Amino acid sequence: MKSFLEIKFKNGFHSPENPVEEFVAHCTNPSLSPEQHSEIESYISQLKYVSHDVPLIFIGMDTSGLASGGGKVKIAIEDELSNLNIVAKVIPTGGIGYGSIEPVVDIKLPGQDRIIYGDISPKDVPALLKTTLIDNKIYEKKVYATYGKTDGKLLNLSETPFFKHQDRVVLKNLGKISPDSIDEYIATGGFKGMDKAIRLMSSSEVVKEVLDSGLRGRGGGGFPTGKKWELALKQKSDKKYIICNADEGDPGAFMDRSVLEGDPFQLVEGMIIGAYAIGASYGYIYCRAEYPLAIQKINNAIYECRKYGFLGNNILNSGFNFDLKIKKGAGAFVCGEETALIASIEGERGMPRPRPPYPSVAGLWGKPTVINNVETFANVATILNNGSKWFSSIGTETSKGTKVFALSGKITNTGLVEVPMGVTLRKIVFDIGGGIPNGKKFKALQIGGPSGGCLPENIMDTHVDYESLKEVGAMMGSGGFVVMDEDTCMVDVAKYFLTFIQNESCGKCVPCREGTKRMLEIVERISRNYTKTGDNIDALHRFKGIIHLKRLAEVIKDTSLCGLGQSAPNPILSGLHYFKDEYDEHIFDRKCDAKVCKELLTYSIIEDKCSGCGLCARVCSSEAIAGNKKQPHLIIESKCIKCGMCVETCRFDAIAVN
Amino acid sequence: MIELTINNIHVKAEEGMTILDAAKSVGISIPTLCHMKDLFPTGACRMCIVEVDGMRGLTPSCAYPVMQGMNVNTNSSRVRRARKTIVELLVENHPQDCLVCVRNKNCELQDLSEKFGLREHRFAGEKKDHAIDISSASMERDPAKCILCGRCVRTCNEIQKVGAIDFTNRGFKSNVTTPYNKGLNVSDCILCGQCILVCPTAALREKSSLKEVTNALNDKKKYCVVQIAPAVRASLGEEYNLPLGSNVTGQVVTGLRRLGFKKVFDTNFSADLTIMEEGTELINRLSNGGTLPMFTSCCPGWVKYIEQNRPNLLDHVSTCKSPHEMEGAVLKTYYAKKMGIDPLDMYVVSIMPCTVKKFESGRPELTEDKMPDVDSVLTVRELVRLFKMAGIDFDDLPEDNFDNPLGESTGAAIIFGTTGGVMEAALRTAYFKLTNEDLPNLELHDLRGSGGIKEAKIKIKDTELKVAVVNGIGNVDEVLDEIEKGVCEYSFVEVMACPNGCINGGGQPIHQKQDKVIKRVQALYELDSKSKHRMSHENESVLKLYDEFLGEPNSHKCHEILHTEYVDRKNSLRKKG
Amino acid sequence: MNEDIYANYSKGDKSSLIPLLQDTQDKFGYLPETELNDISDFLNIPLSSIYGVATFYNQFRLTPLGKNVIRVCRGTACHVKNSVNILQALETELKIKAGETTRDKFFTIETVACIGACSIAPVISVNDEYYGRLTVKEIPKIINKYKREMKKELSNEIESVGA
Repeated sequence: MKSFLEIKFKNGFHSPENPVEEFVAHCTNPSLSPEQHSEIESYISQLKYVSHDVPLIFIGMDTSGLASGGGKVKIAIEDELSNLNIVAKVIPTGGIGYGSIEPVVDIKLPGQDRIIYGDISPKDVPALLKTTLIDNKIYEKKVYATYGKTDGKLLNLSETPFFKHQDRVVLKNLGKISPDSIDEYIATGGFKGMDKAIRLMSSSEVVKEVLDSGLRGRGGGGFPTGKKWELALKQKSDKKYIICNADEGDPGAFMDRSVLEGDPFQLVEGMIIGAYAIGASYGYIYCRAEYPLAIQKINNAIYECRKYGFLGNNILNSGFNFDLKIKKGAGAFVCGEETALIASIEGERGMPRPRPPYPSVAGLWGKPTVINNVETFANVATILNNGSKWFSSIGTETSKGTKVFALSGKITNTGLVEVPMGVTLRKIVFDIGGGIPNGKKFKALQIGGPSGGCLPENIMDTHVDYESLKEVGAMMGSGGFVVMDEDTCMVDVAKYFLTFIQNESCGKCVPCREGTKRMLEIVERISRNYTKTGDNIDALHRFKGIIHLKRLAEVIKDTSLCGLGQSAPNPILSGLHYFKDEYDEHIFDRKCDAKVCKELLTYSIIEDKCSGCGLCARVCSSEAIAGNKKQPHLIIESKCIKCGMCVETCRFDAIAVN
Repeated sequence: MIELTINNIHVKAEEGMTILDAAKSVGISIPTLCHMKDLFPTGACRMCIVEVDGMRGLTPSCAYPVMQGMNVNTNSSRVRRARKTIVELLVENHPQDCLVCVRNKNCELQDLSEKFGLREHRFAGEKKDHAIDISSASMERDPAKCILCGRCVRTCNEIQKVGAIDFTNRGFKSNVTTPYNKGLNVSDCILCGQCILVCPTAALREKSSLKEVTNALNDKKKYCVVQIAPAVRASLGEEYNLPLGSNVTGQVVTGLRRLGFKKVFDTNFSADLTIMEEGTELINRLSNGGTLPMFTSCCPGWVKYIEQNRPNLLDHVSTCKSPHEMEGAVLKTYYAKKMGIDPLDMYVVSIMPCTVKKFESGRPELTEDKMPDVDSVLTVRELVRLFKMAGIDFDDLPEDNFDNPLGESTGAAIIFGTTGGVMEAALRTAYFKLTNEDLPNLELHDLRGSGGIKEAKIKIKDTELKVAVVNGIGNVDEVLDEIEKGVCEYSFVEVMACPNGCINGGGQPIHQKQDKVIKRVQALYELDSKSKHRMSHENESVLKLYDEFLGEPNSHKCHEILHTEYVDRKNSLRKKG
Repeated sequence: MNEDIYANYSKGDKSSLIPLLQDTQDKFGYLPETELNDISDFLNIPLSSIYGVATFYNQFRLTPLGKNVIRVCRGTACHVKNSVNILQALETELKIKAGETTRDKFFTIETVACIGACSIAPVISVNDEYYGRLTVKEIPKIINKYKREMKKELSNEIESVGA
């Protein structure tokens, strides 16, 4: 089949050298001669998987899908197809964003609906293929939903519990289309926004459209995107840059990666529009090196866009020149901060610089530079396409559009959810997320990444909105959404985040470098047992530290150079605010109810349950478990280092923790 | 003009001015640590934070420009609490061994601790643990005392452009160190000591030679003599709270005698001698088609730099020893013989404004028969420690004169202590040698001042000589690149590694008025203008030395005693792939 | 000098430093000192600054890695699902700490901020293979699998040397 590029139009052959203004419009809305028309129509229906001759098998092959075994499933399917001697087309797609049912395989027979199967392992493959391809039936055992109409028990995807409350704008193509095909993206409406912007609008009109839409940065701070662009547009400079921050570093966030892997053209389109709006001639996508698949997809997208004349000189015959390149981040959370990211692209240590000057005025190599994150750019094309009015009709007064969250932790449904701004946290946790598994009780929601806050049950009616979240001591952040149940210790969580921040602090400014270390030490002392070491000084420091903890946290917030330091105390401050009882219990009663803070626990063996298998004694690194074979064993308290390995290993639940 | 309010005081400030400078203009001082005048602010230390109405957090005044109608408070309780906490955090990660520290009572961290009234350890915890680097002959690095303000890094990289040290690791593990944490002796460091001058604590300091000097003074068999460099007399008074630019030559001579030195000489003597040798070498190179341009060789930091980075250009460097090494060599040959002293018993100490001179005095090329030309080098700071230990107080100290014959000098020699001085002195004599006339104007103002590269054209008979002065090693690559490209038009180039020359050397007093040390220059120029003789060839003791001992300038004997050679250090420093 | 690496970069272009370090590490598995010296000459950046950059970012290492690299995810989702215990179990099993390499150079344990496979937490990856929803009990099995492979490789090598 010829690609759009190869199909000749009446205006001549479109190429990067001889671009045709109406290229994108022609691809999807051809005003051509009848035979050309039908050629394009039939191509589009193939691209949209409406008409096809052979069965189509889609496999979710983003990192998350691969991690759950998607690659092995693909091999198994290909092997089985050749065993069965069936001709079918296997199409790797991005991830649908529903981690709990990965790996996901969709099967579509000619003339039938596309059916989604979840949790497929290589072992399922023979039965799956036989049932669907040969018997022409639905493989009931693993069926999840259909892209067709709801039919009895088989629901349309958008009516399933996980998707019912979602409103997918950024994630609309995820898991549906091939991330490698520019034509498929065009056929599903892609590049229309870019086409409209470049062909029909001036730079300032594009900026105004984004300004009017109310789009705010999705990377954390929530600064109005249009304002950033407006400032950069105003600057007079021989060169301007546009940068996509794809250095997703929040532990517990993976929405950017899913977009990069599943719908890279959407990002590139957003960046082209942004570049046109501010007058940038060059752009960078600063992507974590830990995302090799995303880098590969983006590189392919850039290559295709150059081939189609969407990147390069004289884009769509408009005289506008713009090109794009990937910069691989080398692993530093602080590079999510604009000025640190710029330093990193310039080849330096990723340390933030004081603002002003703001990057929009003097950024990369001193030139006006706009930096937005992946989700922000991914919204832009749709805004241009559907108009600012449409976008601003979604959401709340101050926060427009949708927000993507990465649900993880102690929650039934894990994965990506995109909800309109303004829904309550409760709805996300309990309706979309399906609540807490294993009959456990909800304890806290950690939102906004390491600099966010932990929110308790009674705050769950807060609306998803930049201001509301800030008010309750959390922040929108980039979209990490980690649920914790009663087995999670809030002191331990604070310790975890402080350790993370401490490891990721760039070390430039004093409050963050020294202050977060001291905060961490204070929190570490809370859950430390000194009876064994007899270290009275440290025990004294424990109380001293707690007295000064709040003041230290406030100074760090007040004086740090960049957002990382300024928000570093949030986990502590929100913890002290919402979970004071749990802190007090640790400090005064020397107890950890969640049984996480090991030094505060004692381990013992329940004689009745112990079979004397000796497994625990073997894994015990401090030789604290003794006993004869087939006799109940014993833990020697003085030797026990409370690592908990025995509990993990015991097959008889014979070890009690108090 | 922008109008704003600082602490309820109405302030008018220029647009683009920082809050820090605006506050200073009305007598409000804001503490700083990482701030460096004339360099782009880094905003690292957060000491200078102030409260600005309408801003969420506190604002770093060193990096924030004044804005119309701004209301600033530099002394609110919120600001004081934040500053105090920052000092506390720095102190808690510092060894706190002030009583045995070389910077005791001259330490910015100590000052801040006192200023903010720290009375207890509220945030005690883990401290960083780094070994002291004593590998180099001139300097010590004690990263445990480092507060990571970054001033040394910026000095080394942005001003000196040597790039020997930089930040490494990150977060609490951040450090300022050499590549692979190796010793300074195998790093790119040229030991100029500019980093010591900007270090707020004792993380960077000279390597002390006090012990060996006091041992020599106590050794009855040793005949201890001492010389002082030109720049020393213009700065030492500052350690006794005299105004910047005070000339204390006479007091220093008295003080040194009281310490027990048998003779007190002036390095200026051999500065004049250097001019005779270097001037002659230049004239020879000019007339015999020798390698040009010729570089001065007085500055051992510069010599180390070219040895490490551009050994291919070593032919361009004059073979003259540096003045204090010449002095040492003359003392141990001519003077020892004349006075009937066994040169092996003679112990020569140089008081220098410089740290590299310590390294230089240990160079094998400057040692004859296991006998170094100079035995020990003390910085100005070390000498003051000796003085204070010996109870030598400047208030009532009588003045005294140098011993002869190595005590006589001309005005040309005195200005060796400042940038452009060597060139000016050399041209005064070279002009005379070539024309038999004095320079029409002895003061070459094109070559004075703080410019990075200063040029002058001197018409000597029919030819025009183009010369240049490189002020600060950070500017030298430009000239070296020109030479490599074959487009350099200069015949003679003076290089001093320290900005503004030896008056701002790495061995000079350290204090908070670092940005005003340029005042020391005035003392030197004044001494020159008041001198009876202002040209080196008029130094009678030098002429007598040639007569009695050396013969002609650049004679065979001169080469043996007064000239040296250089080594390629580039390839010995680095492992190559 | 590795011409194949330097071919993509222009001399003296400071912004190429991080990509060059990445390429060098891809080739050697770590950043050898001699290569850093070459990069310093090529880009005209002091070695100290290069060392500063190399020690700033998590990605770069100055010592060679073991043959099998085990990455333990320490993301939030993994943490609340007790990835600490997984790490401890690995450390006990291999008798090294995170960031270290076994003496036989078979294994290196690293911790990473987030692998991004939060939905199957807790996760580790060994080389390019992921292991999700892990429990401590599975650790010895996984390690033994790689140990067997290593031994096989070793005996093959010995055989080929013998032949």
